Amino acid sequence: MKRRGSDKIFDIVNITILSILLVIMAYPIYFVLVASVSDPTYVNSGAFLLWPKGFSMLGYRKVFEDTRIWIGYFNTLIYVIGGCILGVMITMMAGFALSRKELPFRGFFMGYFVFTMYFGGGLIPFYMVMKTLHLTNTRTLMILISAVSVYNIIVTRSFMENTIPEELRDAAKVDGCGDGYFFFKIVMPLSKAIMAVLVLFLAVSYWNSYFNPMIFLTDRSKYPLALYLREILLTASTNASTSRELDPAAALKLQTMAQVIKYGVIVVSTLPIICVYPFLQKYFVKGVMIGSVKG
Amino acid sequence: MKRKNLWKRMKKCYMLYLFLLPAVLMIAVFCYAPMYGVLMAFQNYSPSKGITGSSWVGLKWFRTFFNMPRFWQIVKNTLTLSIYSLIAGFPIPVILALMINSVRNSKFQKVTQTVTYMPHFISVVIMVGMLTTFLSPRSGFLSHILTFLGAPDDAFYMGDAKAFPHLYVWSGIWQDMGWSSIIYLAALAGVDQSLHEAAKVDGATKLQRIWHVDIPAIVPTMIILLIMSVGSIMSVGYEKVFLMQNDLNSTVSEVISTYVYKIGLKQQQYSYSAAIGLFNNGINFILLVVVNKVSKKLSGSSLW
Repeated sequence: MKRRGSDKIFDIVNITILSILLVIMAYPIYFVLVASVSDPTYVNSGAFLLWPKGFSMLGYRKVFEDTRIWIGYFNTLIYVIGGCILGVMITMMAGFALSRKELPFRGFFMGYFVFTMYFGGGLIPFYMVMKTLHLTNTRTLMILISAVSVYNIIVTRSFMENTIPEELRDAAKVDGCGDGYFFFKIVMPLSKAIMAVLVLFLAVSYWNSYFNPMIFLTDRSKYPLALYLREILLTASTNASTSRELDPAAALKLQTMAQVIKYGVIVVSTLPIICVYPFLQKYFVKGVMIGSVKG
Repeated sequence: MKRKNLWKRMKKCYMLYLFLLPAVLMIAVFCYAPMYGVLMAFQNYSPSKGITGSSWVGLKWFRTFFNMPRFWQIVKNTLTLSIYSLIAGFPIPVILALMINSVRNSKFQKVTQTVTYMPHFISVVIMVGMLTTFLSPRSGFLSHILTFLGAPDDAFYMGDAKAFPHLYVWSGIWQDMGWSSIIYLAALAGVDQSLHEAAKVDGATKLQRIWHVDIPAIVPTMIILLIMSVGSIMSVGYEKVFLMQNDLNSTVSEVISTYVYKIGLKQQQYSYSAAIGLFNNGINFILLVVVNKVSKKLSGSSLW
């Protein structure tokens, strides 16, 4: 069939707008990357960059000299790994149980979970509960705090309802296989895709969270990376103790360095996720799509 | 007889209940215990006495909040941010999804998706950090561009009360428009291609096909998402606002959630803060129920 003129115009306009959008989306991220390896003085002038100007790794040297980055990275890794293992186990088990139609009171339990998506006690009661349980300022809380999300449970339940056929369970039952055995030997291996989705959702939420650590942690040695990032990027008075010892010339140099250090910090903290993400994109997308199927 | 039957069925599923137990316990501790704790909003709560021992004061804290001089300012700020976000942020992912869906070159389509989803993975701290650095007077590249376009060269955008809502909303759109479009793309992928073919035979242009075939296919999804957004219209997340807040923009950046944090954890007026939080959650819940009901009547789409 011959294509009509108006459709051609539509295609051209469509592609053009999307291309402009791509630049708007990608340039800020690209800029951070380029600026982090450029000459500090140049970066400080605020010029538009298309490629690195006066290649320099000074910023990164400063970033890696900063012990806060290392402590933060270490703690974040503990929270991410702990949270993922715990969260995936609990969510998979709950999702599996809720996907079995023969479970008595299934509707009640669904309601029990879903209600919390629409109503909550609020910040202060939440804080007080954690305080009564002596969980404030503990690593345990930082691992527990976002492990269970109702959204994830529902996504997992939908996935299992769609991929684990009723007949499979019946066949296993005939062979004398209990629910526990069935879950670990048959359901888990069949659910790798949803486990990947869960790991990714959990990892991203643990990696990025700063508010809960901020209100619950008082020990600086337990701070995750996000809290130190906030200090470095958003609180101007960084390292007052070191700047006092510096002479004016060095202080000025530090001032010039500030921007490059900030860009370096952004790259160091965001690169792992941005690099890994394109390879895992299909899982993320899958997760959102399963979630969109109304439960 | 029937009762015995149920008991038998439950006993048969004991393993499933064991599987459910950890999640039920976690939700009990992290969601339902705080809901019980919300009773402190009606008390003169003191941590040493607990909820059972503290004296009851009825609606005193709610009255205090309504009579506070800043009450209207805070409510207005909250509504401004959320309504602005909703109006600007709701249609954009829909349009983006329709545009991506109409691209015929599959490679370009993939690239567009990958790139537009990417900012979603930038954390709030980094996002606000990037905004601050890009917009810092004289040394940020965005303020440089704005100066070039005629703005004064020492303008401090992060401290500008007028710029705050725009920065908040549009940085949010930049970050999440791609991610929010996924759900619409999923709905569009389910459109029966024969409808498009039939429309083509009838001589429909691409725009007409988008209007008559694609859009009707995503309307149910749009309604569900709209209900959810309206249901949280009073809750502007504290995470980003809190990071963007400073003394210069506090007249427009103080929202209910950040106020709850300040009153509750900084000034330790627990009951007062819990009351404000309850007021906020209550309104959200009521809005959600009402909008859901209206939508069920009008369009048949609803959350439950």
